[in-house]
Amino acid sequence: MSQHRVIVVGGGLAGLAAAVRIAEAGTHVDLFSLVPVKRSHSVCAQGGINACNEVARQQGYSEYEHFDETIYGGDFLADQHPVLEMANWAPRIIDLLDRMGVPFNRTGEGNRDLRLFGGSLFKRTHFAGATTGQQLIYALDEQVRRYESEGKVFKHEFQEFLWPVMEQGRCVGIVAQDMRTMHIRAFRADAVIMATGGCGLVFGKSTNSIICTGAAAARCFRAGAWYGNPEMIQVHPTAIPGADKLRLMSESARGEGGRVWVPRKAKDPRAPKDIPESERWYFLEEKYPAYGNIVPRDIATREIFDVCVNQGMGVYGENQVYLDLTHKDPEYLTRKLGGILEIYEKFVGEDPRFTPMKIFPAVHYSMGGLWTTYTKGSYNPQTALTKHKSGSPAPIDAKVGQGMQLGAVNNSMTNIPGLYAFGEVNFAYHGANRLGANALLSCIFDGLFCGVSVLNFIRNEAPGKNPAVDLPAGAYDAVVQQETAKMKHLLDGAKPANQDASTNPYMIGKELGEEMTAACTVVRTEARLKQCLGKLAELKDRYSRLRLADGASWTNQSFGYARSVGDMLVLAEAIALGALERRESRGAHYRSDHTGRDDGNFMKTTLARHANGVTAVEFVPIDASLILPTARTYGKKDSSPNAAAAPAMASAAS
Amino acid sequence: MTATAQTPRRTATPDRTVTFRIKRCDGPGKPSYWQDFRVKVPKNSNVISCLQQIAAEPVTAGGERVTPVVWDSGCLEEVCGACTMVINGKVRQSCSCLIDDYAPADGDVITLEPMSKFPVVRDLWVDRSRLFHNLARIKAWVPIDGTYDLGAGPKETPASQATHYVLSTCMSCGCCLEACPQFNLEEDRDQWDSSFIGAHAISQARLFNAHPTGSELKPDRLDVLMGEGGVNDCGNAQNCVQVCPKHIPLTESIASIGRQVTLHAISKFFRG
Repeated sequence: MSQHRVIVVGGGLAGLAAAVRIAEAGTHVDLFSLVPVKRSHSVCAQGGINACNEVARQQGYSEYEHFDETIYGGDFLADQHPVLEMANWAPRIIDLLDRMGVPFNRTGEGNRDLRLFGGSLFKRTHFAGATTGQQLIYALDEQVRRYESEGKVFKHEFQEFLWPVMEQGRCVGIVAQDMRTMHIRAFRADAVIMATGGCGLVFGKSTNSIICTGAAAARCFRAGAWYGNPEMIQVHPTAIPGADKLRLMSESARGEGGRVWVPRKAKDPRAPKDIPESERWYFLEEKYPAYGNIVPRDIATREIFDVCVNQGMGVYGENQVYLDLTHKDPEYLTRKLGGILEIYEKFVGEDPRFTPMKIFPAVHYSMGGLWTTYTKGSYNPQTALTKHKSGSPAPIDAKVGQGMQLGAVNNSMTNIPGLYAFGEVNFAYHGANRLGANALLSCIFDGLFCGVSVLNFIRNEAPGKNPAVDLPAGAYDAVVQQETAKMKHLLDGAKPANQDASTNPYMIGKELGEEMTAACTVVRTEARLKQCLGKLAELKDRYSRLRLADGASWTNQSFGYARSVGDMLVLAEAIALGALERRESRGAHYRSDHTGRDDGNFMKTTLARHANGVTAVEFVPIDASLILPTARTYGKKDSSPNAAAAPAMASAAS
Repeated sequence: MTATAQTPRRTATPDRTVTFRIKRCDGPGKPSYWQDFRVKVPKNSNVISCLQQIAAEPVTAGGERVTPVVWDSGCLEEVCGACTMVINGKVRQSCSCLIDDYAPADGDVITLEPMSKFPVVRDLWVDRSRLFHNLARIKAWVPIDGTYDLGAGPKETPASQATHYVLSTCMSCGCCLEACPQFNLEEDRDQWDSSFIGAHAISQARLFNAHPTGSELKPDRLDVLMGEGGVNDCGNAQNCVQVCPKHIPLTESIASIGRQVTLHAISKFFRG
């Protein structure tokens, strides 16, 4: 083993994949996580993981088409080369997971089964029941446990990342706090990988786990890391409303034949089974005959939102539509979707195999994140090609290294040398909208592919000559002092008698979530976003006078939450600012006062920077040299509740 | 899920107030004490949403302002295992515990306690590291050759996948250990390797022994499981299988590993 150490912050798919890759190369990994890594938010991913496969390939599909779908699905906002490399790697990643023992669903012959997912006409989604994320993270958790047993990985669980440590212009470690003992200390490293996921809690209730505050990313942002496309927040079309969170109903429910509908008569009081077929409005199937219910997420979300909020056609007059699987064989549903249907039954009390589910959109995923860079690979056509025609031969094969150069030290590195961002916490792959079942892929791809870049960085760049272990203690001590002072400030005067709601962290967090959900989700306008920024300023002011009810110096959970609220406020401001300045509509970002896509001004990355407490955004060019942008319509047609009954649902290309 | 349409739930009283009787503890070595909190429960409430209300405004039923209650939680969809606690005397995840089911009438009481088989960190939060330690003991992984591109894994029949998938849904929540009479609180780490390993780990050994590549480590796993604290310490109470939220056939796994251990012991005897 070398004397080098790498810190991985976050034990979800991206973090674990990175840890495995780096540990197997003989470099020591310190893995930090708020929770035992097996409980990370990746467990919530349900539907599957996309990759070109042999069946689809023989029907005309290719890695290149997967790449093209991802760019088109993301509404041409992503830099294109990294996406190409990810699509080319996808089949290899599935094979690796298969070797690790992931119980992928199987066909009669014992091959990996496939399902249809949003944004594709080919079956290219691999799955393990309806808990694919859980199964993938368990496989990686097991591999990490193996390296932990061999002493190559050390897990620091229940440790909260507080701040990166910078010295000589590069990141040389972190400061973290034990959530139980409250002890704050510095950890040295030759490179730090942030793999800390999304920021759903900024919106209060979302489909995210309770730990997905985005605080870790916000702290890097505050420390000088750039943030890309903060306004690109995916609102998932189908979630189950709840008092504590909005639980995801996987896109696979639609992929397996689920039909979205409302009664053609507003506020129809009848039970769904009593409404005949001709009096049901299958609005997605009517408006999008080619894709039907499997249109991408932002489109499905806006259509559901429009039907309920603008047209007042929601089921029983409330903000909800039916997601109906009752026409399918119950045994088939149990086999293919058992896990997610069980969640619905458990939390709503109705069996979706016999009663249509009632669902509504919820904040789900952050396409935006810490800004990262890369080195282009060998595929650089003289002119960008027109959009790929589905099922036609691919212009290139799937050789590794065409999209990104394998091992280049800057792949998925932030603007701070030595500080990397992997998985949902970066902005790299999904543009303005993520396709279903591409998230798990991007996490594992980052870990495996860019993990090699981290290894090369510590060998060949500054840490090679000047490892962190030899650096002076000054920079580390300074950050420990900064964080200790921050804690003292928050805990000062904390006592149960504090009861002013305006300075209660939970109230500030709740109001933040409500405001962001109202102003920054499905439909955005300049006026509302400006109002939102005003509200954020008010919340920041109240936050500065925050009073805690618990002053304990042992396992003080409300203190941890309160500190995160301060970071969420910073991230919220970047989201609202990006949404305000992006005066167009693209992917998940829909401005009712600027409904068209404006490639001339905004086919650019929103780059947010934070300095001296002030966030500013600008738009910087992207590299779109592989595919020319086209209108992203998914073949939309007109439809209204009074039109004739819907045509049959479009079938897959298979 | 059963294959027939479900029976409707009892109708809960709207806008009711429910009392949470919570067993609290300020930290390791500190005494436990009980506090009552009255919570007004909106529609679709569960134990987590009520704990969130208590955290935001921690006032006891007697009107005393106290510190917020501490608890562990994560996904809130019963797939991460974090929020496991003892509710009305029975271990389960608190996120999937619906108030409409547990306290349908005004004034109903719900008791919350931390799991008793693991050391308390604070209030309802316990330290379950022993559970993960036991997974390492039985080498619960597939020993692959590394992350290089070496082609696909072995083919598998749908029937075999169905069996393995269920075993693989174990979220390490610890319900089976809380309910087990043979698995007891053990704060001394040095005793962990000789104390009962628990149904979850035995079931994972079955999963990995059945995998073509995973079976490479089968002798190592069975060595551990035939030793002190291994499968023979199971008292056959069968509580584990009844409390498992993922309906994992834990007793089948214990029986299967029992047979494997017997064969392993015989084969070791003849090999000397």
